[in-house]
Amino acid sequence: MLSIIFLTVILLYIIGFYYLVTTRNLIRILIAMEVLTKGLTLTLIYVGKVTGQMATAQSMVITLIIIEVVVLAVAAGIIINIFNHTDSLDVRKISRKKE
Amino acid sequence: MPTLFVLIPFIGIVLLNLLYSQKVKNLAYGAVLLVTLIQLFMAGSLIFECATNFFSSVEIKYFVHLSIDLYAAIVLFTIGLISLIALIIRRYADKDEIFNFSQLILIIMIGMNGTVMVTDIFSLYVFLEVTSVASFVLIAKKKELLALNGSFKYLLMSSIATIMILSAVAILFMTYGTLSYAELGTQLNAAADSLSLQVILAIICLVTGLSIKAGLVPFHMWVPDAYSQSNSAVSILLAGIVTKAGGIYAILRLLMVVFPHIALISNVFAFIGIITIVAGALLALTQNEFKKMLAYSSISQVGYIIIGACCGTPLGFLGAFLHFFNHATFKSLLFVNSAAIESRTGIKELDKLEGLGGRMKVTAGTSAVAFLSTAGIPPLSGFWSKVIIIIALWQVGYIPYAIIALLASILTLAYFLILQRKVFFGKQSAEFDHVKEANGGFISASMILAIITVLVGIAFPFVLNFLKIKGLF
Amino acid sequence: MNDIVLYILLGLLVVSAVLTAMIKNTLKAVIALALASAILTVIMFMMKAPLAAVFELSVCAGLVTAIFVSTISLTDSPDPDEQQVMREKKRLTRYIFLPIIIIIVAGILLIAQPALNFSFAAPPAVQSTVQDTIWHTRNLDIAGQIIVILAGVFGVVILFKERLKK
Repeated sequence: MLSIIFLTVILLYIIGFYYLVTTRNLIRILIAMEVLTKGLTLTLIYVGKVTGQMATAQSMVITLIIIEVVVLAVAAGIIINIFNHTDSLDVRKISRKKE
Repeated sequence: MPTLFVLIPFIGIVLLNLLYSQKVKNLAYGAVLLVTLIQLFMAGSLIFECATNFFSSVEIKYFVHLSIDLYAAIVLFTIGLISLIALIIRRYADKDEIFNFSQLILIIMIGMNGTVMVTDIFSLYVFLEVTSVASFVLIAKKKELLALNGSFKYLLMSSIATIMILSAVAILFMTYGTLSYAELGTQLNAAADSLSLQVILAIICLVTGLSIKAGLVPFHMWVPDAYSQSNSAVSILLAGIVTKAGGIYAILRLLMVVFPHIALISNVFAFIGIITIVAGALLALTQNEFKKMLAYSSISQVGYIIIGACCGTPLGFLGAFLHFFNHATFKSLLFVNSAAIESRTGIKELDKLEGLGGRMKVTAGTSAVAFLSTAGIPPLSGFWSKVIIIIALWQVGYIPYAIIALLASILTLAYFLILQRKVFFGKQSAEFDHVKEANGGFISASMILAIITVLVGIAFPFVLNFLKIKGLF
Repeated sequence: MNDIVLYILLGLLVVSAVLTAMIKNTLKAVIALALASAILTVIMFMMKAPLAAVFELSVCAGLVTAIFVSTISLTDSPDPDEQQVMREKKRLTRYIFLPIIIIIVAGILLIAQPALNFSFAAPPAVQSTVQDTIWHTRNLDIAGQIIVILAGVFGVVILFKERLKK
């Protein structure tokens, strides 16, 4: 029964990684990172239930969520600054301008 | 005692922000300088204390969840030293920027001290994230397009690495029910011969995640952009300690305590280390920009540290940590010199710089010392650490790796000699007539680092004698 | 009965995650992400992790959505070229590739299900509550989180400071 959860986790990881690699928009890269974080959260809760140590697993999930939010806020700030410089959110345009 | 390393910078930040006024802003620089000096002294005293009982690998200082032993003390000393150097260089920037920069340095110091001292895999992740978030902000502080690009790439790869490390932590937690280093170490030792599939999967994820954070080949894509497109002082911090005290120290500590008898992980890391050495050295040859060439050379030197640690013997770990300290000093010295050149001539590309030796004598002399130490020439410090690593590899039986490491070292030597001759001792072109020597901050920083390199090199035979008495050779 | 509800919720979670990948408009993709957070909250509550579920709902379904929406509105450009980028690319890659991968992987894992047995660690003798664990056993993590938030605050202040001057 619980291995269905494992299947969901693997699917979430695959969706997240696939999206991360094939998207061209900077904001969608952040959305893909969020999907991956959801997969990780579900993994931690599953592990907590299976080993019976729900308390440790919940504190890990809470710490993970807080740190992810801070990283996301800094990433949003960087994206807004990139937009102010180039008026574009395209990943390829930014890399090409470097040369 | 270990909490002091984390508590003192934190008190510094709190005080600097609570008593916010114009006078405090002016004092901020001196306050942070004081904090780094305090860290230097505390770590130095710990090294002296630990050196007497070197081979009992018992933790010397132990608070609730933090512990320091000899290797951690060496890394703490390095952190204090490089932070001090980075602050000395920024002395002449304007006041507002120094205020922000000082506070971010305090946060990075808290993060790195924490990474070095924890005894728990999950707390390792938390403090790695502290260091990473502060680094993103430091790189992006310049707010030019290239710097933002480098910071975003670093952010992306760091988040992927976080996901992989935490997945590995989750699987290990599921299999063994514990998160601390010591308990995981004993349980993995007991099961070392027959590892189940899920533990192998966890190890693969952990190796990938830590390699991304440490900048090992083939996951090094973010390293050249992040190092070369940030401010000079930030480049020194990044190349000198952030990737090292974060990713590399995590790998070393895990190899020492949690996975000491598992052959799979040592072999994989040894292979990654050798590829890193060769690829870094080869890629450094093709670069035109000074800082990018130094970034690739840093990647290559980090490979030496990893290979030294994969031997598993005390000699190997000694070589790895010694190379850690030496690399921090001579690579920071090279970055200081490149920043000095850039501040006086405004040029970043190598093929346009010719014959500056006559004008910038101190820079030329110290960078000669740094290049020779990188390539491993006696009696400088780089020679000793490379020799110890190669001997440790020979003793364990990784003979082809030892030969490749030696050849890469000779390759580095050839390239750096050509470079040194061209940039500093060649014929001076006319456009550099107005170039003076770099200003006081750069001179004092480079002199300090050069003196340390030479002193460690000259004093090391005494340490080797001491080790011979203890029976290590 | 409980099991069937759990399966349905897991299926809905995967569907909403696929929706965030396939929706053309970025704003609607963010709303699909918030929906996925809400479904994950209910799943966590059913697996007896109430504190983490509340955190997930308030932070991920609330704060993260607010950050995304404000970023999207601050980077909105009337250039039609840009809106094309915002709306993603070719239909083939977007609509067909991902479901095919998902169906293949789900099939493989369902077939190979009896062959995967996991070994789990035994539950410890003393069960502690979440409050005890966070505030006593793992108090170093709390200190680390405070410092991460401090670093994030510095980052936001530095990055957003000169925007008005542009």
